[in-house]
Amino acid sequence: MKSLIDSGPAATAENPVAGIDQTKGDFTYDVAYEFDAGTGLSERTVDYISSVKKEADWIRAFRRQALQVFQSKPMPTHWATRDLENIDFDRIRYYLASGQKPKRTWDEVPEDIKRTFERLGIPEQERKFLAGVEAQFDSEAAYSNIKEIVAKQGVIFVNSTEGLREHPELFRRWFGKVIPTGDNKFSALNSAVFSGGSFIYVPPGVKVAQPLQAYFRINAENFGQFERTLIIADEGSEVTYMEGCTAPKFSTATLHSAVVELVALKGAKIQYITVQNWANNVFNLVTKRGLAHEEAEIKWIDCNIGSRLTMKYPGVVLKGRKARGEVISIALANDGQHQDTGAKMIHAADETTSNVVSKSISVGQGRATYRGQVHIPKRLRGCKNNTECDALLINTNSRTDTYPAITVRGERNSVQHEASVSKVSEDMIFYMQQRGLTEGQAMSLAVNGFINDLARQFPMEYSVELKRLIDLEMEGSVG
Amino acid sequence: MTATNVSLPPAPVGAFTRAAFEAHLASLPPLPEWWLARKRAAFERFAALPLPVRTDESWRFSNVAGLTLDGFAPPAPARAVPFASIGLSKAARLIFANGRLFSREILAPDLGRRGVVVDTLQNALREHGDLVREHLLAQPARLGSGKFSALHEAFLVDGAFIHVPRGVEVELPIGIFSFALGDRAAVFPHTLVVADEGARVTVIDYFGSQDDTERQLAVGANDLYAGHGARITYVGKQDWSHQALALQSNSTVVRRDASVQSLNLHLGARQARHESHSQLQAPGANSEMLSLTVARDDQEFDQRTLQIHQAPNTRSDLLYKNALLQRARTIFSGLIVVDPDAQKTDAYQSNRNLMLSDEAEANSLPGLEIQANDVRCTHGATTSRIDPEQEFYLQARGIPKRAADELLTFGFFEEVLNRLSQDDLHAALRTLIQTKFAGDKAAR
Repeated sequence: MKSLIDSGPAATAENPVAGIDQTKGDFTYDVAYEFDAGTGLSERTVDYISSVKKEADWIRAFRRQALQVFQSKPMPTHWATRDLENIDFDRIRYYLASGQKPKRTWDEVPEDIKRTFERLGIPEQERKFLAGVEAQFDSEAAYSNIKEIVAKQGVIFVNSTEGLREHPELFRRWFGKVIPTGDNKFSALNSAVFSGGSFIYVPPGVKVAQPLQAYFRINAENFGQFERTLIIADEGSEVTYMEGCTAPKFSTATLHSAVVELVALKGAKIQYITVQNWANNVFNLVTKRGLAHEEAEIKWIDCNIGSRLTMKYPGVVLKGRKARGEVISIALANDGQHQDTGAKMIHAADETTSNVVSKSISVGQGRATYRGQVHIPKRLRGCKNNTECDALLINTNSRTDTYPAITVRGERNSVQHEASVSKVSEDMIFYMQQRGLTEGQAMSLAVNGFINDLARQFPMEYSVELKRLIDLEMEGSVG
Repeated sequence: MTATNVSLPPAPVGAFTRAAFEAHLASLPPLPEWWLARKRAAFERFAALPLPVRTDESWRFSNVAGLTLDGFAPPAPARAVPFASIGLSKAARLIFANGRLFSREILAPDLGRRGVVVDTLQNALREHGDLVREHLLAQPARLGSGKFSALHEAFLVDGAFIHVPRGVEVELPIGIFSFALGDRAAVFPHTLVVADEGARVTVIDYFGSQDDTERQLAVGANDLYAGHGARITYVGKQDWSHQALALQSNSTVVRRDASVQSLNLHLGARQARHESHSQLQAPGANSEMLSLTVARDDQEFDQRTLQIHQAPNTRSDLLYKNALLQRARTIFSGLIVVDPDAQKTDAYQSNRNLMLSDEAEANSLPGLEIQANDVRCTHGATTSRIDPEQEFYLQARGIPKRAADELLTFGFFEEVLNRLSQDDLHAALRTLIQTKFAGDKAAR
């Protein structure tokens, strides 16, 4: 009854890490979904999701109110690209699932879904270097597990449905507080139809040694994925979270619109690593923000390679004294892609510091945009921000834009912003060709050099894969 | 509800009603057909366009509530003008008061013989109609002030016209003075400079009021056109009343191997918006855009710039520096655009804000849009206070803190003034800033 549609090349064991190489994710299985909210968005869709999930009344009310906010807000095309107008909300399927409860072992996961994640190398990675994994297939997590040693420390790692149902005392307090429903049109959409994502709580003083990982997989056509993630790191704790994603290449548009909220309480550290590699038909419109309390540190490492249009500006609200925020961003835009990425740093306490380093590469007709905001309101002292954005243009018709907005009040703070645009120097290419490299190899080496200092901050497996992907992209780009 | 029943509220025109426009036209001497038609079209545009609102991206951070057009009136002819000098000898001087010519002096006797025209726009419309038609307000308003540009065009009474013919170099600067006199006065100053092939000219554009309590509206514009190999140096000094709403729009066109250097000094107005649009149209074109702002009390200075590279091998360099005192606000929003074929572009954009008060606010939006790959484009923006180490160094040598801060602030501005190649101009402007900074307007 379940046929296998295989539209991509076979996965090999050579590259265990899926997430960077586009071709690896380009396959789909025909899954019989038990739950389907149908096509289009209305109050009925929202009620269906809420009923299927057996949610508390306050969540249903929260969703309904969010739907109204979504419907009342205009598309932000007065500053954003008009490509947003090509999203047809009536043609999207908002909820597709085979079941609500994630399995705790891979053996229990239905065969076709398990096969998907095996092809993407997720179970293998879990064994090798992860403290816990959640694997989301369309709307719901198919698998979620945390290593016993980590669970014993009191770390909670569940999906959003379980989190709100089983630990309301922990999660309700911060849910929707870092990113309110009305923050923007897409955060409202997510708040109305959210499903899946991770809810994590790390108790005081616990340092999770290995990363926790979530993997998001879109399998169905015309589908919208709306995961919701909330990570709370209690006082003095530390956690690293990694997310990866893939989707098959469909001819129609797919929508991914997540909301990710991070809360780092006093002295806590959260590092959030994203490797975004959606297929080129995906609209990826994501709101990510962290709230850093006193002496806490939130670091976003954000790598955008896939999607048709990504709009994502991870932010940190520096709420407590000496809090620190950081965004490290790498974007690669190839033909037909627009990576509109950046960072937001909202300083709200004395002596808070923030750092943004963004590097983008535009290949062919690709377009990379940096959009940033730094805000230091009055009566603060000792706040500092440093922002650097460098863009590399590979071909004559590649495009890059930079749109920062910096507001500083008062004389006791300092900010600096610098941006540069360049191409790979001909001298450098010539030098390498003299030494026997092909033009493509020389170009790869130069581009890898450009992002090297940022790529090193990724886990090893990812930075190796990233390098390999750049080699691939550069091969066809010169000559 | 059907579409035909929906009528948008009329766009606000304030004091600049259709009746006021007809009265304005009636007060003018006979105009050439084309100019009359353009003024009428401009009025229609002005009347149809809404005032900017908070969500307009090109007015982000601006105090749009301050953009009122109510309560202004065409001012009466002036009987006397204030004394304003920047201490430089000039080749010619035109003084406008309340929009009309007050006096005109040609000080260098050979100007006319060499074919240099320094005249009013009203005269130029008759005598140099083709040149005026080609360049007067010929460039699109691309920085958000479409409504105000249209208002300027519709209500423009008179302005300065400067034409320097091929190969002629005017050694001394030409001074244009525009005054707004009296409470509720609305003025629309304009300066049009056309430098033909290889010509050289320096123009100083001065804007001022009688005293700082007069509520006024100034909607000005200037057009600078540098033909092949020409060089224009433009210095604008804006010193309107501190109760004025001022909107100024600059358009610079730079042709092959030509070079334009402009420096705007912003001192006056309650709320001042300055838009500067530079088009590098042919290879070898070069535009240097400089600005110095001393923002104090509750002043708001809103500067928007656009550097468009339309041809290969062009260069632009922007340096805008703001010193902020008391509760002042500044906004710098700049954009470098490199068109797809403009390879070998060299563009730079820098905004530096010096915070001298704990209540001041500086906003920076330095932007880039690059569509060619063989370019060198960088921008930078910084906001900070005086370097405490430098302050300490001076204090350790017996200089009081106040004097040390003043010296360091002048040093901050000096980097911009140093870009001026003309020493006497540099010296004159330095004196001006020092007096302004001391808050002593009487000594002007």
